[in-house]
Amino acid sequence: MANKLIKGDIVVANEWTVLRLAEGESPETVKLPFGNVLVPLAVWQARQWDLVRRHWDQGHLLGVWLGPKDDPAQLAADLAHFSVVGVHFPLAGDGRGYSIATLLRTRYGYTGELRAIGAVGRDYLHFLRRVGFDAFEVNDAESAIASLEDFSDVYQVAADGRLPGFRRSATTALAA
Amino acid sequence: MYTYNDTDRLLVAERVAQYRDQTRRYLAGELSEDQFRPLRLQNGLYYQRHNPMLRIAIPYGQVSARQMRLLARITRTYDRGVGHFSTRHNLQLNWVRTDQVPDILAELAKLDMHAIQSSGSCIRVVTTDPLAGVAPDEVADPRPWSEVFRQWSTLHPEFVALPRKFKVAFAGGPDDAASVRTHDLGFELVRDGQGQLGFRVWAGGGLGRTPILGQVVREFLPWRDLLTYAEALLRVYNLNGRRDNLYKSRIKILVQSLGIDEMARQVEAEWRHLQGGPQTLTDAEVERIAAHFAPPDYELLPQLDSRFEFSRRFDKEFAAWVKTNAHAHRQPGYVAVTLSLKAPGRAPGDATAEQLDIAADLAERFAFGELRTAQTQNLILPDVRKRDLYNLWQEAKKAGLATPSVGLLTDIVSCPGGDFCGLANARSLPLAAAVQARFADRAALADIGELRLNISGCVNACGHHHVGAIGILGVDKNGEERYQITLGGAIGSQAAIGSIIGPSFPAAEVPAAVERIVEHYRACRRPKERFIDTIRRIGAKSFASAAYAKDFPDFENEREAVNG
Repeated sequence: MANKLIKGDIVVANEWTVLRLAEGESPETVKLPFGNVLVPLAVWQARQWDLVRRHWDQGHLLGVWLGPKDDPAQLAADLAHFSVVGVHFPLAGDGRGYSIATLLRTRYGYTGELRAIGAVGRDYLHFLRRVGFDAFEVNDAESAIASLEDFSDVYQVAADGRLPGFRRSATTALAA
Repeated sequence: MYTYNDTDRLLVAERVAQYRDQTRRYLAGELSEDQFRPLRLQNGLYYQRHNPMLRIAIPYGQVSARQMRLLARITRTYDRGVGHFSTRHNLQLNWVRTDQVPDILAELAKLDMHAIQSSGSCIRVVTTDPLAGVAPDEVADPRPWSEVFRQWSTLHPEFVALPRKFKVAFAGGPDDAASVRTHDLGFELVRDGQGQLGFRVWAGGGLGRTPILGQVVREFLPWRDLLTYAEALLRVYNLNGRRDNLYKSRIKILVQSLGIDEMARQVEAEWRHLQGGPQTLTDAEVERIAAHFAPPDYELLPQLDSRFEFSRRFDKEFAAWVKTNAHAHRQPGYVAVTLSLKAPGRAPGDATAEQLDIAADLAERFAFGELRTAQTQNLILPDVRKRDLYNLWQEAKKAGLATPSVGLLTDIVSCPGGDFCGLANARSLPLAAAVQARFADRAALADIGELRLNISGCVNACGHHHVGAIGILGVDKNGEERYQITLGGAIGSQAAIGSIIGPSFPAAEVPAAVERIVEHYRACRRPKERFIDTIRRIGAKSFASAAYAKDFPDFENEREAVNG
């Protein structure tokens, strides 16, 4: 886990750990690490009350992460509980996370921190931010952060709410 | 044609800057081969057999004379002076250097060109009918919609890492030279009962190792909904397309496994959330884009031109060229003209830098400074006065751009094959040359008539052999290059995947086998019946026995015995 994180447009310390189930571990019995932890969807589903109790008793924040095969609809009703939702990219070439993020933001109304974890390279930051991520676990965060500004205009509507030119002029015309 | 605005220029320039830094980090060892691969692919750079190849995008095939001269200069400066036009409007340079690619892209950007998304697992360069806007029978001009789609799909953040490549084509009507049914997603312009313009949407087509024709996923899509519907369909594919097996990851496999009805249902369900949203097209936006594709200032001319008719009557060679290389036009007194890149002995689709310059000159002198690239790997001048044809022909002939073979057997479509490509099992180019040599006699060729012959060097099918009336596929059999023949493939409204006729042939046998197939056609055809129609009538099987005659004399004797 990177100990630095891009959050918004600054580099901050990463105060979360990501729980991954190792071979042979089950969501029901896996030991929950101390502190703020992003748990897999299966652990959230199996241990919801354990996690909520930790939150109440010890103040650890609630977080969950989705893998590329997870359906964000399964989390829809719970989203308000989480301080952080992570979306895991096992490979840079596995782009399901872009659609999962889009759905979390535009379909299920998640407004908290949405964090890209896994194979997150600086060359994808612009795209990740556009689909709704606002936090990025990336190596060399201090130099990578510049790539958030790789492109200064957009051609299409995405979860970040930026509008392509033809919609901007339409909005201006309406406002006038 | 479309001219860039500030946003277009800015985005292309920023893409060059981004890729320049990515290249720098790769060459400095900061990016691994694996990390760099998707980045370079989505900027058009392939690593192939001998050398990196750069695939320059020519979206929907439209290119100005100025841009063509720039391509000539780049071909001369950064390559060995020869470019190769692919079957998808792109220009491929086979001898570029990785470290120089950012400079090439910067030069391209100066004239509003790029190599964005010409490769990789993303939405590829959009294609359309090369006669778009001038073909007499189209429902509407597909170019404005192609440009709308180009913009939307360029740097689309959600679809930068699809399960696999995603090819999109637009057709202006039912006469479909764009071949929407062999694309992952195809939009065919149609009008509904009320005369409203929209699209019939085809999904799940593709060639490659598993050739499948697309099916109708939506019978009528109003034009305003083009992009929201595309987003819904792409999202369903992005989330559900297979990623465990490269060969099963195209949308065609998803459509096959779900069935077209279930695919349509899922897309509609997703679309319901997007329909009417901010990505919905507006009249103003479509008018803005369409204005770029207004017809040029045509002269008002009679349909007949006496000088043209005179030349055609008295110069047989010119008449033969006109017959194949000039195409009907909606404006009286005009034709569209194919500048052929199929000179005998030359690789199909190859053009020297000099030829690119000359093509640009011809476009400026005779065709409002505009050219098109065709799926048949030729160039097209879309708007030429009949009056100018004779002069144009003489100039084109001098430049080796007037091979009178468009639509005929020797107008071969071929991938670069094993001479260049790292994927190929077999070489395509020597075979193309051998077939062309075998059919050098022009009178015989004219008698054979319309016949699409396509060659691919491997199952990836870049030469589109599945949709050639005669398709030739290079296969590797114990280290030997051999070729399988398929018959009956077609594009357009009668699109069909060809069927394999039998065991593969060694290279040396292929031209003779093709000749025997063609002779069989000439023996069996009805008056004016095209090759493809004869195959449809009597079946590919009948041709198989003809094709193998020489290889299997016993087989032939057996048949006679049975018949006798």
